Amino acid sequence: MQSAAAEMLRIENVSKTFTLHLRGGMYLPVVSSLTLHVNAGECVALNGPSGTGKSSILKMIFGSYLTSSGSVLVRCGDVFVDVAKAGPLEVLALRNSTLGYVSQFLRVIPRVACIDVIAASAREDGCNENEAQARARSLLSRLNLPERLWGLPPATFSGGEQQRVNIARGFAAHRPVMLLDEPTASLDAINSAAVVELIRERKAAGAAILGVFHDASVRDKVADRNVEIQPVERSEVCD
Amino acid sequence: MNHVPLLSARGLSKRYGARIGCEAIDLDLHEGEVLAIVGESGSGKSTLLGLMSTQLDSTTGSLRYRRRDGVSVDLDHLSEMERRILLRTEWGFIQQDARLGLRMNVSAGGNVGERLMAVGWRHYGKIRNEAQDWLARVEISSDRMDDAPTTFSGGMRQRLQIARNMVTRPRLVFMDEPTGGLDVSVQARLLDLIRGLVAETGLSIVIVTHDLAVARLLSHRIAVMRQGRIVEIGLADQVLEDPQDPYTQLLVSSVLQV
Repeated sequence: MQSAAAEMLRIENVSKTFTLHLRGGMYLPVVSSLTLHVNAGECVALNGPSGTGKSSILKMIFGSYLTSSGSVLVRCGDVFVDVAKAGPLEVLALRNSTLGYVSQFLRVIPRVACIDVIAASAREDGCNENEAQARARSLLSRLNLPERLWGLPPATFSGGEQQRVNIARGFAAHRPVMLLDEPTASLDAINSAAVVELIRERKAAGAAILGVFHDASVRDKVADRNVEIQPVERSEVCD
Repeated sequence: MNHVPLLSARGLSKRYGARIGCEAIDLDLHEGEVLAIVGESGSGKSTLLGLMSTQLDSTTGSLRYRRRDGVSVDLDHLSEMERRILLRTEWGFIQQDARLGLRMNVSAGGNVGERLMAVGWRHYGKIRNEAQDWLARVEISSDRMDDAPTTFSGGMRQRLQIARNMVTRPRLVFMDEPTGGLDVSVQARLLDLIRGLVAETGLSIVIVTHDLAVARLLSHRIAVMRQGRIVEIGLADQVLEDPQDPYTQLLVSSVLQV
């Protein structure tokens, strides 16, 4: 277990610019010179109007967006891995050991039952089959997903149900660094409260959490610090 | 996980006279990795699969493979005998057209059992049991075991092809549009099966597909081909969410949203 002060994530002077080749090579800056850190046991919220690149920041840390400049350091054991410079295999290894990510949208193979989607995530975290099923059942009941749905593929679920499956999948693996992108966006108050509880538990267990929470009441309940993201000057330049 | 690549191509090219099939391909595949090769028709993706699986001879370049015994072999200089042993014991190949990957007039059980006999199994009862196990894993019921694949649907044929390949526990399987031409519900079942096999067995796969959704669901990395060259390669979600190359951007933005 990490000590409470251990720095788990450090972002230094990070920028992200898209080059839109289909728009004549237009440059679209989305994040500019961002620096922040997250310690073990701490939850940091990224705040700011939509379109300021908050999701892009999470994606750069997870490695699904490339980082244009700066470093994205994630602690893995005793060393920091710079996701901005790491190769695909290093990023995959980091995801399997350290990084958890709850995206806004659920993306799964169509035919798989929702409980198996979640159990698979627990198995990747080292659980045996029984533990994985137990973890999945516990998460689904805490998130109030009716048991009659557990055996069904989530494709036909409502937005809120899919989001709960997505959250359960994200929390089924106990990763030391968690990235949450609007985890309560389509949830009602009861289910939002359940997510708040899950986040608090992971914090208490020492996880470093960086999240985007549009819902201020959820944010106030989980975030230890807020980082304000400034809109990037949109001087759209062409080649 | 061993960090020496399982399969490693350097400067691999294939020319048909003046026409380029593949040009200057450098590519490493690691143990347990699923690599998708995507691109439009004529981009050279099937040619590359043919080269990597030694079904085609390269014009220039080298291809190395690390065998189960740890020995790294140069696939260009393998004798025909050595190559056949490798194909039987370490590799599998799933064809888009199951008729090319199966023996259509041999029973389903025979299709699977035949591969075991090729690697030295002799006991009829054991072969039949093992074949039955694998047919069950690909969800072909035992009462169809003695039927020939001519009587099977497209999805069943593909699952039989997978059982036929997996029964010898290959380390590396090449797949050429394995879900091509199947109904979407049948396709989903097949993707689910392939994902399960990767998770359980640590299998490595090189899969050619023009379907970016299939590539995303199955693969760790995606290589995008155009005009015989790899124009972009990276983590599957990165290539699809933050494509760098102009052609990849065009390809990704052309996919219809459901």
